[in-house]
Amino acid sequence: MNAVFALSNVVIKELYRRKDFYVLFILTVLITLVMASASLFNDDKIVRYLKEICLLLIWISALAMALGTASRQIPAERENRTIFPLLAKPVTRWHVVLGKFLGCWLACGLALVVFYVFLGLVSASREHTWPVLNYFQAFWLQWIFLAVVIAIVLWGSIIFAAPSSNATICLVFVLGILIVGRYLNQIALQQSEPMRSIIYGIYFIIPHLEFFDVRDLVVHDRGLVGWGACVLVTLYGAAYTLFFLFATWLSFRRKALN
Amino acid sequence: MKLPAPSLILLLLLTICFSLATYLQPQTMKWGERAQADSMMKALLGDGRRIFANHFFVKADIYFHSGYYPSIFDQGHREESHSRHMVEGHDDHDEEEHEKAMDIGQPKDWIDRFGRQFYSSSHSHLDKPGQAREILPWLKLSAELDPQRVDTYTVAAYWLRSKLGKPAEAEDFLREGLRANPNSYEILYELGLLYYENHHDLVRSVNLWELALRRWNDQDKAGKKPLEISYNEITTRLAQVEEEQGNLRQALYYRELEKKASPIPDAVQKQIDELKQRLASKTVSQSLK
Repeated sequence: MNAVFALSNVVIKELYRRKDFYVLFILTVLITLVMASASLFNDDKIVRYLKEICLLLIWISALAMALGTASRQIPAERENRTIFPLLAKPVTRWHVVLGKFLGCWLACGLALVVFYVFLGLVSASREHTWPVLNYFQAFWLQWIFLAVVIAIVLWGSIIFAAPSSNATICLVFVLGILIVGRYLNQIALQQSEPMRSIIYGIYFIIPHLEFFDVRDLVVHDRGLVGWGACVLVTLYGAAYTLFFLFATWLSFRRKALN
Repeated sequence: MKLPAPSLILLLLLTICFSLATYLQPQTMKWGERAQADSMMKALLGDGRRIFANHFFVKADIYFHSGYYPSIFDQGHREESHSRHMVEGHDDHDEEEHEKAMDIGQPKDWIDRFGRQFYSSSHSHLDKPGQAREILPWLKLSAELDPQRVDTYTVAAYWLRSKLGKPAEAEDFLREGLRANPNSYEILYELGLLYYENHHDLVRSVNLWELALRRWNDQDKAGKKPLEISYNEITTRLAQVEEEQGNLRQALYYRELEKKASPIPDAVQKQIDELKQRLASKTVSQSLK
């Protein structure tokens, strides 16, 4: 397990050496503050639009970081040929996959904490309340979402030729699920057989990433998600993450490194 | 051939660019609407901004329902006008119809059932005092993108003046709308309401409603099919005010107009009969004096 933590440590250090997080965070802060400075009918208590914009930027930034970081991990090791000395040590390929995943996930988690603290500050400056549990749930579910995404991207980095194509394909896949995943059952019901069964099959197979998106509830003060549902959805996310990590290992195990 | 110093070439190129810009800039102003845009949105998006305006107007409606909204897959059967729902009080029947139109149905499977815990899946409105302010940014943005969309001004003004206690802001916004839509009877009617209910300025409100009625008639004559319900609202208000002022003849005239567009002409006819009786007794009492 030490090897896994050592590998993840390297990935976390890489994230804060690179400028991605800083640029995305500063952009989020700037856009949110510009929107906050807009005078809307001389009412300084309007806050929901601000929370929505800030959360959207957080989602975009986190997704960009997760895709960018995870997609280049294994290809970079292969390209720089650092994978050979790495595997020459008592480190298995499963350790590499797990270490890379853990590093990306923890790095994204650290970045998310900073983003959510900023969201809390912006919101509190107008609402004068601290719905900490709501923010914690939103943060936690988004972090689980990122775990699934990172696992998918790691698998993609073994299958696809270049990090750019992998990131693009994974982005389309993730956005597709976020936008239409919830409605695939309704689309299926409007089709005739065999399309109905095929679409319904896809609906049940895909990871329903939209479960992890509780922005609506945070923006509109709809209260907390039940803690039981939170645990279940965490298990759901963990199951898919493990599935994709295992698939990554299976593909990586037989992959020629040179 | 010896080339001049690179800095001189750069300076020459900059001078050419500047000279060309001074020549081309007035030319491009004639090229199209976008070049003459008075706002950044218009310059960036051109006429395409109207699509986004509609999106943001719907967004205001989504906020009005605290995030609950049927998706495009659910709302094929929806007929209700969003703007009217956002501003009008409802009786039980209207509310039942609205509930039906906004219904997203029963969960179809366990994923659907489980997933509903993670988004706004129950119907509610922004009813608490002051909450309605949350729809305003989207209406403002919608108006920026499409100043010809009249609903945006009337809906925003309704909330500003009646629920948020901001009649001055409502008036400013309505006047902004009126500048963009000088022939809008809806904005004139809403402005009349503002003067009547908030400023208690009867004369101005009557003038505005009379102007609104004239604009409605103009549009009707021009074959633009103005909304019957607006005609009904304007004439009802005018009749009420004239009645309050004791101008029964004028009130009778407006009630007759109201009857033409009313969904309940029998009730209006009753009011007309009452008015006629009052007018007759008034005439008798005056002749006795």
